[in-house]
Amino acid sequence: MSAVIELIDVRKSYGSQEVLKGVNLSIDEGKTTVIVGGSGQGKSQIIKHSLGLISPDSGQVKVFGQDINNISKKDLRKIRMEFGVLFQNSALFDSMTVYDNVALPLRERTKFPESKIKGIVEERLELMDVVGSNDKYPAQISGGMKKRVGLARALVLDPKIIFFDEPTTGLDVAKSNEIYRAFFRTQAQLKYTAVIVSHDVPKIFKLADYVALLYNGVMQSCITPEEFQLSDDPAVKEFVEKTMGSLYSSEVEEII
Amino acid sequence: MTNLFGKLGAAALYQFDQIGRMGVFLVLVVVNIFKPPYKLAPILKQIYIIGSKSLFVIVFTGAFTGMVLALQGYHTLSKVGVEGILGSFVSLGIIRELGPVLAALMVTGRAGSAICAEIGIMRISEQIDALECMAIDPHKFVIAPKFVAGIISMPLLTAIYDVVGIFCGYLVGVKMLGGNEGSFWSSMYSNVGMEDIQMGLLKPLCFGLLIIWISSAKGFYVHMTKGGGFGAEGVSNVTTSAVVLSSVSILVFNYLVTSFLL
Repeated sequence: MSAVIELIDVRKSYGSQEVLKGVNLSIDEGKTTVIVGGSGQGKSQIIKHSLGLISPDSGQVKVFGQDINNISKKDLRKIRMEFGVLFQNSALFDSMTVYDNVALPLRERTKFPESKIKGIVEERLELMDVVGSNDKYPAQISGGMKKRVGLARALVLDPKIIFFDEPTTGLDVAKSNEIYRAFFRTQAQLKYTAVIVSHDVPKIFKLADYVALLYNGVMQSCITPEEFQLSDDPAVKEFVEKTMGSLYSSEVEEII
Repeated sequence: MTNLFGKLGAAALYQFDQIGRMGVFLVLVVVNIFKPPYKLAPILKQIYIIGSKSLFVIVFTGAFTGMVLALQGYHTLSKVGVEGILGSFVSLGIIRELGPVLAALMVTGRAGSAICAEIGIMRISEQIDALECMAIDPHKFVIAPKFVAGIISMPLLTAIYDVVGIFCGYLVGVKMLGGNEGSFWSSMYSNVGMEDIQMGLLKPLCFGLLIIWISSAKGFYVHMTKGGGFGAEGVSNVTTSAVVLSSVSILVFNYLVTSFLL
């Protein structure tokens, strides 16, 4: 399995505060990697470094084998054409309708006629269960629907990698489940690589092929959810106990 | 003492950093204006927002500027018996100086602040990041149409300001105060030359560029602004500073352009 994203000894400071202290992470193609960790640990920074929105103070961020901080803007743009991003607050364009938000990448990056764009947009919105809201503005739809529209926009160009920054934050259980169902449906159909930053432990483990823990500015592990829950690594163990209770950290009780 | 020098140095570095960033921003936007594809619809939309929506305030301020200029001018000129040149006094004052400067200040207050706030909100709500992640250059998609619209709208708004100002000056000077109608218009025709009109149109071109440049750059870099660059307060701070900086720059550039062209 080849790595599509590699972070190699990435360090980043803001003033005197060092947020990332040498992060190493490898994201495998076609797999779902979930990044967990406490608040303020710098999880979203990992996504922003991978997207090329932030440059590291030192270290390398390689996407499809290219160091994205040492390539031209044109090459970076080409790489970004393979990305889809679902932002924490959806980042929908508030002066555009739901339909225009999803159609925007197609209008700006392809030469498709409007009739073809309409077909693709409606198909993606249907896949996300967003029907009958084409003419509404983001302020007129619910939080869960915003996330689904954001996901529809992220998927509209069939990207190879999709980043999810806290996809269920601020949503109730039912709405969170809607997002997870949309994720399952679309990944099964489109086979993309997913990088998810989430607090929703343990539910998020059901989606994960790999779980990585960011703790004290360093990536502590990138292992399967089962290995993660049974890990002896003190940082992982502490995280599992804090978020899931001691039951999940005990191999004996897990077997029983 | 060392601490003081350190603080001064840090403040100077921050200012240089800001100036450099704004310079790079201007270059990127200008390059993107000339880069295909060329889309007319976003430019027309911005002309409507910057130009058409500023029309009322431009007509209103133009009217009162012309009226007060005629009122003051008539009383001052009549003291030395040359009220016959009221037409050239009003028209030259408006076309060369007051029209471009006051129209630009009005557009700064109305459209410049709106542009800064809009782009600032797009930045803090990650809409600019979303565009970059979609491989859509925000300089091309968001900023370039505003620049073109500003450069087109400002001279047109100033021309309207001038016409309304002169006409209202005529109403006050001739119809209200009883000045001679023939002298009013003939003094204007004989004293206003092509070079005055050129100056009166060159200035708004520069001011249009200045207003949109400062307002959009301030909003675009709201997240890098020192001291509360985040959230609603951050947007409010940069909007205020964009309006102040644009207004001051208009006055400074007005002097520079005038001294260069005279």
